[in-house]
Amino acid sequence: MIPDTYYLALSAVLFTLGIVGVVIRRNPLVIFMSIELALNAANLALVAFGQRSGTPQGQMLVLFVMAVAAAEVAVGLAIIVAIFRVRHRLSIDDLSLMRW
Amino acid sequence: MALIAFLIIAGIAVGSALGLLLRRNPIHGALFLVANLGSIAALYLMMGYEFLAFAQVIVYAGAIMVLFLFAIFVLIPGKEETGPDPRRAWRLLAAPLGIILLVELALVVVARSAAPVPPPSPMGFPASMAVLFTDYLLPFELTSVLLLAAMIGVLLLARRRA
Repeated sequence: MIPDTYYLALSAVLFTLGIVGVVIRRNPLVIFMSIELALNAANLALVAFGQRSGTPQGQMLVLFVMAVAAAEVAVGLAIIVAIFRVRHRLSIDDLSLMRW
Repeated sequence: MALIAFLIIAGIAVGSALGLLLRRNPIHGALFLVANLGSIAALYLMMGYEFLAFAQVIVYAGAIMVLFLFAIFVLIPGKEETGPDPRRAWRLLAAPLGIILLVELALVVVARSAAPVPPPSPMGFPASMAVLFTDYLLPFELTSVLLLAAMIGVLLLARRRA
């Protein structure tokens, strides 16, 4: 039986890598995939906490996170494709229209 | 024995996450992410959550990553990140900030692990699914509304303007 602290530590490392990926990459698709990485790390932490408490809440939360992530990916990719259709370039540094 | 398996799977997870971060080609990144999602599914299986593991493989590694690969093939990126980075100094800040974030998360994990652990009651697949269709019925139904809204939104976004 693995102590859940190990799962939480792995989740922390993966979450950090996902956030760093969001910051250092310039391709919006890779940034989006890094967000998915961070989401998965959070899922792992939820499952580890659910295992510690012995209740099904963690499992249920992960199921709903998966459904929301599916919707989020569909909409996000559609937005990226729409931006590419207008701009014909795909670098995150060009997208400063809505920045103050 | 279980610890060795955990360490191997954790190594695959961290290595594939690093691959996603460091490879320039987004297709390689997507395949690394598939490996990462698969290793997390293996961890769910080790913890005894079979349904989550299969849902992870089908929904994440299957459906979502196929969507990503389609988007990558449609957009044909890959040369955007080859040129010199105009904001290199700012992006290098990611290393110290990432280390700070990791230290903070590690502090939380260490602080929480000191708490006494109650004996976990076994919650198998049938019992947890019974909870899904009783206590969590309303969120379950709302999820279908959310997916429908996402589908309509994507159709609107993808519609070609005349």
